[in-house]
Amino acid sequence: MSTVTTTADGTGTADRSRAAVRHLLARVGRYVFLCLVLAFFALPLLWLATAPFDDTPTIGTSLPDFTLDNFRTLLDNPYAMTSLVNSVWLAGGTAVLVVTFAALAAYALSRVRVPGRDALLYGLLLLSSIVTGTATMVPLFELAFRLHLIDSRLGVILILTGGLLPAAIFILKDFMDATPTSYEESARVFGASPLQIMRHIVVPVVRPGLATVGVWAVANVWGNFLVPFLLLRGPDKAPAAVIMYTLYTEGGQADLRLLSTFSLLYSLPVALMFVFVSSRYGFRFHGGIKR
Amino acid sequence: MSAITLRELTKVYPNGVRALDALDLEIADGEFFALLGPSGCGKTTLLRTIAGLELASGGTVRIGERAVTNLPPGQRDVAMVFQDYALFPHMTVRDNIAYPLRIKKVGKAARQDKAAATADELGLSTLLDRRPGQLSGGQQQRVALARAMACHPKVFLLDEPLSNLDARLRLEARTFLKRLQRELGVTTVFVTHDQAEALALADRIAVMEGGRIRQVGTPTEVFRRPANTFVAGFIGSTPMNLVPARVDGDALALAGVRLPVPEDARGQLADGETVVYGVRPEYLDYSPEPVPEALTGQVAVVENLGSFSLVSLDVPAEDDTATSVQVVVPEGREPDPGDTGWVVPRPGRSLVYRDGELVGGATAPPVPAPRTGVGAEA
Repeated sequence: MSTVTTTADGTGTADRSRAAVRHLLARVGRYVFLCLVLAFFALPLLWLATAPFDDTPTIGTSLPDFTLDNFRTLLDNPYAMTSLVNSVWLAGGTAVLVVTFAALAAYALSRVRVPGRDALLYGLLLLSSIVTGTATMVPLFELAFRLHLIDSRLGVILILTGGLLPAAIFILKDFMDATPTSYEESARVFGASPLQIMRHIVVPVVRPGLATVGVWAVANVWGNFLVPFLLLRGPDKAPAAVIMYTLYTEGGQADLRLLSTFSLLYSLPVALMFVFVSSRYGFRFHGGIKR
Repeated sequence: MSAITLRELTKVYPNGVRALDALDLEIADGEFFALLGPSGCGKTTLLRTIAGLELASGGTVRIGERAVTNLPPGQRDVAMVFQDYALFPHMTVRDNIAYPLRIKKVGKAARQDKAAATADELGLSTLLDRRPGQLSGGQQQRVALARAMACHPKVFLLDEPLSNLDARLRLEARTFLKRLQRELGVTTVFVTHDQAEALALADRIAVMEGGRIRQVGTPTEVFRRPANTFVAGFIGSTPMNLVPARVDGDALALAGVRLPVPEDARGQLADGETVVYGVRPEYLDYSPEPVPEALTGQVAVVENLGSFSLVSLDVPAEDDTATSVQVVVPEGREPDPGDTGWVVPRPGRSLVYRDGELVGGATAPPVPAPRTGVGAEA
């Protein structure tokens, strides 16, 4: 009887220790894998952080030979700084238009019964996300040409706004739907006009949604290359994404010193904006995900 | 002077639903008035039409001397408290209460003083800087009431004022609301689906069904003399017993016995007519011994409700099927299931319905004072 117990116990212990080893190995394996994945994504960022301060940056990441000369050279480039200002104009203008029109459209779509409303929304979203801007670039160029909007910032802003609006309306409509109509009805009974209701009640209540859409629009325009590249002729109006393409040495080689420095300056504003907006309003995408 | 007068008021929704059907109603100045009915009866539509949130498809609404049928809600001088209170989540309690005054272009200092004073009346002084999300349900309701009071409207409209509170708070809020309405003396209309709430709060009640008003009266009137079987079944925490009966000379034959025709219906019934005999469980006396002019049957279920029990008796019906009669029995006198019992209707408390309508009229001579004992308003 006692021997049986011992044997059973002995087998149990062996089993348990084998299981523990397997468990440990699995953990080690998992973390090694995670480290590799992390490195894959972190190395380019590390390059972005070190290369601008390196005297002779290469394609690889290494401890920099510290210098600030790269920044000085970049400032000598006539278009580098103006291009960042251009980017701010394009992104800011587009974001303002997108937020304003998307908010008004989403409010109306959420509150007014329109026959075929959902079909309209899904249709817009489908067309805007499946049929990409690249595919429609030729007709868009033709359109801009006829409207005399070639080489005009307004033209770029309008075309980008048009591209972003469907998704923005879709996101904001969920925010509007989630706002109880009793808020507005309550204000109406007190005598508030539709504009007052919008200003006092609806906009503050959906502010996280507006912030989300605004940031999303800015980030989209900031990274957009094709539209400004095709519609703006001269480098004086070109945004940063286009100017980045011009940073080559006389020999036709990519100038890594300028490129890395410019990349850093190009990334910072958007990253800072994300941090600022998310700390102030908090990002919310609910609606589309919630239901 | 802010009586509410509705004439032929009709509301048809675009999808064809007739929510209000040529409805006539007068609500007196300073009255606490309940619109009561099951869900979908049109009571909320009626309230929203008075507020102006729905436009009437036909008929007129007058508040005081003014015809307001086509005025927007802001010009009707009414205040509405919504079921979910609709407090603006991004504003403090102070700003919420002051909001109607902000719309009326009252200066910032003046409206904040007014908000503080109103909040003080309702015991909200310590909460002025909080947001609605940081308040309990009862506090939120009082903020909503304060916001409605702040602009001194002629009429208060309350949509299901107590339904968002838990059971205990609800009783507290009920007493609070009745006291507040009495003190302010403002005409108040509220919507509820809870008959106990309507009976407890209102000066008068309109019972609605299918976009029509089935009865208007004081709580006593609708409780004691429901004008039709719908109201009879809807009002009261225990529904009225409705037993099929046949007129047999000067008596009613029902459940195998003969009972005298109730006083109000005497002389109005034809011999052999089929009617419905109605009596509230509260107005029946149970006896374990045989008594004359009593319904008799076997005790099927005994439900203990605290200070009294609700006893269901199976009595034989006219058409040889069994029907159930419920009776309220005071504590300590409950029978056991299976016992045989006799129930006697109290004099003047039984009613006769023909084709669903009360025979003898809803505002018949006053009934004798109720005997003490079993609570009629449980």
